[in-house]
Amino acid sequence: MNENKLVHWFKYASPQSFYPLAGKMIPWFWALTAVFGIAGLWISFFVAPTDAQQGEGYRIIFIHVPTSWMSMFIYIVLACWAGLGLALNTRLSGMMAQALAPTGALMAFLSLWTGAFWGKPMWGTWWVWDARLTSELILLFLYLGFIALQAAIDDPRRADKAGAILALVGVVNVPIIYFSVKWWNTLHQGSSVSMTKSPSMATTMLWGMLLMALCFWMYSIAVALMRVRAIILEREAHTEWVKLLDEVKS
Amino acid sequence: MRPWHKRAAIIGGGLAAVGIAAALVLNALNSNIALYVTPSEVAAGKAPHGQAFRIGGLVKDGSLKRDNLTVHFVVTDTVKEIPVAYTGILPDLFKEGRGAVVQGKLDADGRFIASEVLAKHDENYMPPEAKRAVEQAQNGAKAKP
Repeated sequence: MNENKLVHWFKYASPQSFYPLAGKMIPWFWALTAVFGIAGLWISFFVAPTDAQQGEGYRIIFIHVPTSWMSMFIYIVLACWAGLGLALNTRLSGMMAQALAPTGALMAFLSLWTGAFWGKPMWGTWWVWDARLTSELILLFLYLGFIALQAAIDDPRRADKAGAILALVGVVNVPIIYFSVKWWNTLHQGSSVSMTKSPSMATTMLWGMLLMALCFWMYSIAVALMRVRAIILEREAHTEWVKLLDEVKS
Repeated sequence: MRPWHKRAAIIGGGLAAVGIAAALVLNALNSNIALYVTPSEVAAGKAPHGQAFRIGGLVKDGSLKRDNLTVHFVVTDTVKEIPVAYTGILPDLFKEGRGAVVQGKLDADGRFIASEVLAKHDENYMPPEAKRAVEQAQNGAKAKP
């Protein structure tokens, strides 16, 4: 019945047609990264007021919160690609998952690192084993485990499958990270921004944070698309269409 | 049933199973995951005996006293209170009326000898002017009745 529509939609699931599409999108996402980044950093450093309790040190949230959000969100996207790949056997899914993992790991690492730098002056410690910090550390390990597992298996289709199962099992960790501050006593404070209540943050601070979040969002998309193009070339190197590409021929 | 329907069902079932398992494990570990206990829980005997643990609560207003290098204060959850003694440097955000998490042991007199004091920050971020306005509004509300 809607077989035609389905075929049309699946067109971009083939690496051959996705490769040029991704190439066209990348500059736009880099441009948006720059726009949001400049606006976000401007507000973060020059417009947003000093915090009443924490002084200037609070400005780390402009990196810390967006990277934490991205680390969780990228993992969910990665798990969705992994699930799609397992269910539909599409080739692009595994490549997308593989392309997202290093960026996710970077975000998780930045989140932990900036958090530690904030924690030392504010809490009085770099690290505590509370539920929020520990589950975010597990998220970093899940990313690293996913990357390692995929790299350890030579056959890309089998590597994708093994990685996908790990990614799907790990996805239970994401709600645990998000709700950890509600479910248990943690040193980490509750969410300043949530879907259920108005943000407990001055408006300009919030704008700075949201712009930085958009900046990280666009950066992640741009980098993931660049990486997926490289992965496509690598995995499809034996095909005729790759050999005919201008950038490969020269 | 097409093959990918079957695979999707297996994935969905697997995710549900992992989710339920995780929920059960976390539920069983509930008390161990908590970073600290509250003074009320200590009063109810939920604190571990003879070993170090953490208490979290508010630093009671007016309770902070300095005695050479040792600071004394009271941690409260507004129901129960526990006196704390600590020798060392307090974090910047440590203040009366704010949250804190202290690690240490209870001594024989029911006093908590802390080996580490952490300040707990809340989720509110506001400029100093806004904070003054909030405080004035609160003081005004208190003064009226």
